[in-house]
Formats: sequence, structure tokens, C-alpha cells
Amino acid sequence: MGARRKRQGGYGLLAYALLYLAFLYVPVMFLPLFSFNDSAFIAFPLTGFTTRWYSEMLADSAMHHALLNSLKVGATVSLVSTFLGLLAARALTRYRVPGGGLVLGVTSLPLLIPEIVLGISLLILLNAAAIPLSLYSVVAGHVLVCVPFAITVLMSRFEGFDKSLEEAARDLGDGPLKAFVRVTLPLALPGIVASLLLTFLTSFDEFLIAFFLAGTDATLPLYIWGQLRFPFKLPSVLALGAMILVASALLVVLAEWVRSLGVRERSPTMVGA
Amino acid sequence: MSDGFLHIAGVTKRFGDVTAVDNADLGIARGEFFSLLGPSGCGKTTLLRMIAGFEFPDEGEITIDGARITDEPPNRRPTNMVFQSYAIFPHLNVFDNIAYGLRRERPARVELRKRVEDALAMIKLEGFGGRRADQLSGGQRQRVALARALVMRPKVLLLDEPLGALDKRLREAMQIELRQLQKSIGITFVFVTHDQEEALSMSDRIAVMSAGRVLQVAAPRTLYEGPNCREVADFIGTMNFFEGTTTWVEGSNVVADAGAAGKLKIANAPEFARKMGAHVLLAVRPEKMALALTGAGTASSANRLSGTLAAAAYLGERSHYQVRVEGFKEPIAVAAQNEGPEPAAHHTGASVTLTWPADAMIVLPTD
Repeated sequence: MGARRKRQGGYGLLAYALLYLAFLYVPVMFLPLFSFNDSAFIAFPLTGFTTRWYSEMLADSAMHHALLNSLKVGATVSLVSTFLGLLAARALTRYRVPGGGLVLGVTSLPLLIPEIVLGISLLILLNAAAIPLSLYSVVAGHVLVCVPFAITVLMSRFEGFDKSLEEAARDLGDGPLKAFVRVTLPLALPGIVASLLLTFLTSFDEFLIAFFLAGTDATLPLYIWGQLRFPFKLPSVLALGAMILVASALLVVLAEWVRSLGVRERSPTMVGA
Repeated sequence: MSDGFLHIAGVTKRFGDVTAVDNADLGIARGEFFSLLGPSGCGKTTLLRMIAGFEFPDEGEITIDGARITDEPPNRRPTNMVFQSYAIFPHLNVFDNIAYGLRRERPARVELRKRVEDALAMIKLEGFGGRRADQLSGGQRQRVALARALVMRPKVLLLDEPLGALDKRLREAMQIELRQLQKSIGITFVFVTHDQEEALSMSDRIAVMSAGRVLQVAAPRTLYEGPNCREVADFIGTMNFFEGTTTWVEGSNVVADAGAAGKLKIANAPEFARKMGAHVLLAVRPEKMALALTGAGTASSANRLSGTLAAAAYLGERSHYQVRVEGFKEPIAVAAQNEGPEPAAHHTGASVTLTWPADAMIVLPTD
């Protein structure tokens, strides 16, 4: 009896897991599916295979412009927020910063504020200061959201390695900067790469803040949003979405791989022999 | 002790309200194997880190070979350190770990290779240059950390409990090896440990520390046979204590009334005990006492105490006994060599007599 009940529980769990995975991924799968469908209408039955939407989308110069904007914003945001995060993470893990917990809490707050609120308040601030909206204001808004991610990723990396490694570098003759470059940076590298990827992706698909702060220059999510007004453009938006999906997945896999390299390197075998 | 190759003068370090090192004075000779010994939190590691330059004293001066280094950063000191965790750089292989400090001087390739290979030979790890840190055992990491510090040819090598992470057998082998290495290269070693046996077996001299203060600096035998206070006597080995008041004095021979232990005879009493009515703390090592069944013939000895055998532990070449004596809370510890057949008396519950000579008494001031 007990064994049977356990088995039923096992099936129940399996069904739950399958349903959950389906809920997660089936909607996403519609993107590539309909992006190859030879019809302007997103409906079953499928009518035939085409790559027309891809060529149409790739030929759109407005899309190129928006993509380039997003790449520029994403690259800047990831560099700036990873750099700031690096400094903060090192300070918070290495030194007893007075009120360190409070600092960490306050810098993480933007994660908890709804982005729509953040977007509106930044817009009000920029208007009040008479700063024109541009990609720079988008960068500023994204950095605000991305720095907490960078700090979290980098802190876990810094906490993982022995403080005496830096001291050993100093002991062997390096000044503070040299020790940082020769020991701290290489050891933090997997964390830095992970932080760069994570903050880039966060900025790349961010819509709300960009919506309020972008002015006339659109980022890719804003471009897509704009395209949705034209029903016949929908299939090429799906094609674009499918390509972004694949690129993001590759980036995430890359980030995980780099992170796992770091983890392996941190688990030395201590065998007495 | 006012001068020395490595000289620590009136060094005090505070962390907030806690005084980690309290007015420490030490003079360490060139080529000496010197240990800082004490329980955890006694300030020994903080003192070592001040010599290395990772902490800076609030008061006092540190000089090495006549040069004042009190405020110098670690990279400008003629010291190198073997860290407790070894701190082997995980992103570099063994060769690059050992070459780390040498590379600053931009030596020629051949010269660099030769110095690193000599260092690998010294620690008996020839051919290990290409290994990564995570491919090394604990003992090998310890050797690499040692080589990495020694290739820098420091005037003083600092070792922060370097054997603590090794298992017992390996630790004992490394103790001998480290000692031989130190004698052959002649570099001054300052060795931090909480393990008194380790300190006794390796050091030329030992500083015993407690609560930030240096209690006694002496050679291992002096420390064991002639501790200068209760804390040192208690920390090094096992000790039996009696408190008493002197009742008879003749030169350096003294008799003290020790309450329940009766009148105890002392030979070679120190100055402060050679007067009537002096309060003294008397200490006897367990191996100085002889144990026999009460009533069995015992050699006549200056001091004698009767009790009940409470526990006996057989340890191979010797045995440890605990004897309860009326009027004492703590049992008295006795250690004896197991030379002959097992003595019939040594069963718990037996009435036994302890005897020890007058010159086995260590006299300490009461604190």
C-alpha cells in the first residue's frame, strides 16, 4: 500500500513538473514556430514554411538602428555597473565598513521599487533639472537597476576566496594596486564576466525605464513595442524575438559555464599525504 | 633582551576596547627558531602580523637588523610569511606560485628557472612545477607556501600555525623537516602555534603569551622545568598545584604548610620563598611523583601523600594516573614509565601513596 501510494505521489509530481515546464516553455516556442509560418496571421493551422519574415526584419533599417542603440546602451551599462559593483563588493567583503549592511540594503532598493515608479520619478527628476532625454538618460536609469545585480554576483565571488591570498601578494613584494591586478582581478574574473553578461541582458531587454527616458532614440524593446501597432509586422517581430531568444540563451549558457569554472577552481582537495 | 636581530619594543595593539597585544618586548637572535605560544586569542597571531606588516602597532617599535620597520607596508619589509591557509594562488601553477615574488625583480629566464627549481628541490617537489594548486595535497601545499616565502631570501620567516591543517603523522614529520631546514639555511624563524608539544620540540626559545601579554621567554627545558607563573606552568604540560605558607627556612631549604597536603619540603627555593610566613604556590610535574600501594615498601622521599587511585590510563610506554586526596577538589596527576610487569597496585580504588623529592618542587608566587 505504502509503496503504491508513493508511486502515485511520484506520478503526481512528474505530471506537475511536466505541466510546469510546458507552461514555461510552450508559449516561448510559439515565437520560432510562427516566425517561420507563411501567413501574416498568428493562427493555426500553419500554412507553410517561409523565411520571408526574417529577411523582411533584417532589411528594416529602423530595427538596425534600435538594435545598435540597445547594444551600445547594454555595453555601457554592463561596464559601468560592473565596475561600480566591483568596488562596492570588494569594500563590503574586505573591510568592516561602518553601516555596511545599510549600504547594501540601500543599493539593493531599486530592485524592490517597481520599474514604472522608478521610470516616472527619473523622468520628473530629469525634467526638473532640464536634462534632455537621450540614450544617456537610459544608461543612467539602467545602471541604477543593474548595480545591485553586479554587487550580488561579485560579492558571492569575493566571499568565496581567502583573504590571505591578497596578503600573500603584498607579502611577496606587491604594492596594493599590483596585488589587485595580479591576484584579486584574475580570481574575481569569473564573477566579473558573469556580472557583465547579467547586467548586459538586464539592460538589453529592459522596457519601462527606457520607455520613459529614451526620448526620440528607440532601444530594441521600444522598437518592438512600436511595431506591434502594425498587425502585418507581427510575424517579423516574432522572427526578431526568436533571434533574441537564441542569442540570450547562448549568453546565459556562456555565463553559467564561466561561473562553473570559477566554482571548480575554488574547491581544492585537502588530502593529508 | 634589550637588543636582538628582530627587536620588538613596547608594542601594543588595540582593536576597539580589546588590547590584542599589550606592551610586548622581545629580542630575537639572528638564526634563531623562535616560537610564539599561547591559546587562541592570546595575541600571538596579531604580533606576527605586526612583524609582517599586515597590522600596525598603536605603540612601540619593531626593528629588523637595526632598521626600523614599524610603519613600513608588507612589501617593504625583509620578512616573508607562510600563511595558516597557505594562500597558494589558485590561478597559478606551482612554478608561478614560487616565482611570484621573484618576478618583481625581472630576472633573466634562466636565472628565474634555476631559483624556482632549487626551491622545488629544497622542498623535495622536483617536477611539480606544472601542477595546479588543487592538484596538491595539504602537505604539498604547505611545502609550496614555504618555498614561495624562502626563495625571497627573507631576513625573518614568519610562520602562522603552518602545521595546524595537517594530520598528526604528517605534522610530526614536518616538524623535524622544518627544524632541519631552518638549521641548514640559518634564516630566523618566528613560528606561531597553540600546540605546546610542537613549540617545545622545535624551538630554540619560546615566548608564552596569554591575554595579549608575554608571560615568559625561555628555552623549552627552562619553560617546562622552571615556569615563572601559574599560567605558564598550567599551559605547558600538566601540573599539580598546592598552595602553602612557609613555616621553616634554612638557607634555600624551606618547609611549607600546604593544608590538606600537610608539610611539604622544598629544596632550592627562590629568594621570595626564603622567609617565614611567605605565601607560595607549589607545583609538581606528574612524572616527578612515584606511586605505590600504601603499605608496600617505598623508598624514603622528602614528600609523601596518601590517596585513592581514581583512574588509570595505559598509554603504551607510560601510564597516567589520577589520585584523589582528601581535602583536594582536583585529583592529583601522576605519570609513570611502564618498565616492568604491570604493578598489581594499579587498579582503581586501591589506597596508594605518592612520594616525590624536595627538589621536584617548583615554587611560584601566588597571584
